[in-house]
Amino acid sequence: MRASAQVSAYLKDDDLPVFWCSGCGNGIILNSIMRAFNAMQLPPNEIVVVTGIGCWGKADDYLLTNSLHGTHGRALAFATGVKAANPDLTVLALMGDGDCATIGGNHFLHAARRNIDVTAVVSNNFNYGMTGGQYSATTPADSYTSTSVYGNPEGEFDLCEVGVAARAGFVARSTVYHVTLLQNLLQKAISHEGFSMLEVHSSCPVYFGRYNQMNDPVQMMKWWESRAVPQKRYEQLSEDERAEKVPVGVLHEEPRPDFSSRYRKIQEVAQRRARDSK
Amino acid sequence: MPANNTEFLQGNEAILEGAIAAGARFFAGYPITPSSEIAERASQKLPAVGGVFLQMEDELASMAAIVGASLAGLKSFTATSGPGVSLMQENLGVAIMAEVPCVLIDVQRSGPGTGLATKPAQGDTMQVRWGSHGDHSAVVLAPSSVQECFDLTVRAFNIAEKLRHPVFVLADEVVGHMREDVVIPDASEVHTLDRRQPEVDPEDFRPYAYGDDDLPVPLPAFGSPYIYHANSSMHDETGFPNADPDNAETVIRRLHDKVECAVEEITDYSYVGSAEPDVLLIAYGCTARTAEQVVLDYADSKVSVSLLQLRSLWPFPVHIISRYASGTDTVVVPELNLGQMVREVERVTGSICTTRGYNKSNGQPISPDELASFIEEEIL
Repeated sequence: MRASAQVSAYLKDDDLPVFWCSGCGNGIILNSIMRAFNAMQLPPNEIVVVTGIGCWGKADDYLLTNSLHGTHGRALAFATGVKAANPDLTVLALMGDGDCATIGGNHFLHAARRNIDVTAVVSNNFNYGMTGGQYSATTPADSYTSTSVYGNPEGEFDLCEVGVAARAGFVARSTVYHVTLLQNLLQKAISHEGFSMLEVHSSCPVYFGRYNQMNDPVQMMKWWESRAVPQKRYEQLSEDERAEKVPVGVLHEEPRPDFSSRYRKIQEVAQRRARDSK
Repeated sequence: MPANNTEFLQGNEAILEGAIAAGARFFAGYPITPSSEIAERASQKLPAVGGVFLQMEDELASMAAIVGASLAGLKSFTATSGPGVSLMQENLGVAIMAEVPCVLIDVQRSGPGTGLATKPAQGDTMQVRWGSHGDHSAVVLAPSSVQECFDLTVRAFNIAEKLRHPVFVLADEVVGHMREDVVIPDASEVHTLDRRQPEVDPEDFRPYAYGDDDLPVPLPAFGSPYIYHANSSMHDETGFPNADPDNAETVIRRLHDKVECAVEEITDYSYVGSAEPDVLLIAYGCTARTAEQVVLDYADSKVSVSLLQLRSLWPFPVHIISRYASGTDTVVVPELNLGQMVREVERVTGSICTTRGYNKSNGQPISPDELASFIEEEIL
């Protein structure tokens, strides 16, 4: 297969087709990321894509940028080291809901609080696809997965609300149905100076869909279409009307100095004191 | 003539000075007794030399961050104690598999569990060898003095860079907290190994190729013209995944052999006493100091006691152990644990001489009198 000119500088097309299942949303997100890189004219050698583990953790297999494929849940910790060591790099951490919300929840909180200038792109398909469709920290209460066949007894995180509470400076959400919005939000997130996160609600018709009466990829797309509401409109909905809806777009934006710009000042102070003490 | 600078430092402080002298410019860690002075001094000194100190949310993240920073071009390290090493094992495996140079300082304390947080032990001898799942080798250096804290830390970075492999400095609470004179050489006098750049064109660069010297090719920094994938999953020379069994066997054996074949180059030891003693003590870390005193105490005795102090524990210096064991009837391995290195020694000396362990695990160092009594009552 040949890649379109918009993504050819970033896509390793000799391994196509992608290994993800038919109807999976990950290909749409990956395509949007590459289109965002292209629109921003980012040189591949100045990009580092850090991935976790799971279906979305395989995304770097198709990228011609630098990448670091590490362990489950730790992508943001690896990315923090990369960015702190060389703030000139554009660093993305690609994580699933297992990576970001569940096993790596602690790293997510602290990357946001620390305000390291990394963009977290979370493909949230509400379950662990790679291991056979078990529930994660974003699986809605009462829904069905391979480890919650009688309904999920646990409550779920709203990952964007967690991000805001942890002081992420840029928090946005899209779905794989809203591809134009998705690319626009990616460009904004990457441009944001400081920690940014984009949650993307993504289709897993093979597991989450099948267990919850949406095994047809088109059904899942229609679900995203019917649920997503722009943030401003969402705020005007009544409590009852919000029940089945999810706000999309930029949900939170609060510029504050990122870790590396603050640390540069610390280096200046330390160097001045070292000179003075000589 | 460059001026050497003699300072009166803690072992932990000397370790940090050694790291900076070796060119380390990135530290990520999580405070833990008895290693915290290393983090504190790193936070003060690294920014003054243009480096970065990061206090991470836990040891998992600390280990991950130093791998990321090393790939971004900075010599990187962390410092912790046994419980922290337990948490670092996960991403230590990433450093091994992705062949990312970095240094881990383990200032041992008494375990298991949270144990005796402020008390010394040598309970991590096997943890640093085998910790992290899967087949792999380990490079571990063990200082017994504050000077060795400095010198071996410099060396740890050089070995890490050469092999593209994580290297441990295995200290302990005694060595980390005691104060001694240490000579800090002028920067021009410190032998450091800096990152080399690949000689091939960027399009021909393969991050996991091995050179004619059977060592991994130079590792460029992310952001250079050399674009590459650093991969913790099984990969081929390109860095992209490859599940072919022949490839997997090649990769695993290369990771193993690059360390094991360097054993003679890595091996570091000292020998104190007569060449053919009645009793040969083989010791490392704080216990080597105890053993050295015992050797001195026996100097005027009819019984001769000598010390083989191991400054490198892994890869295991079989050739040195067998050479010196051949000159004695009895080897004694004193350790602040219930017997970890003694079994490895016995594997080599079992057919040469008698091998005994002297073990203690109550959070207190072994005193020279205790060890001498053991020799008097059990050996002679």
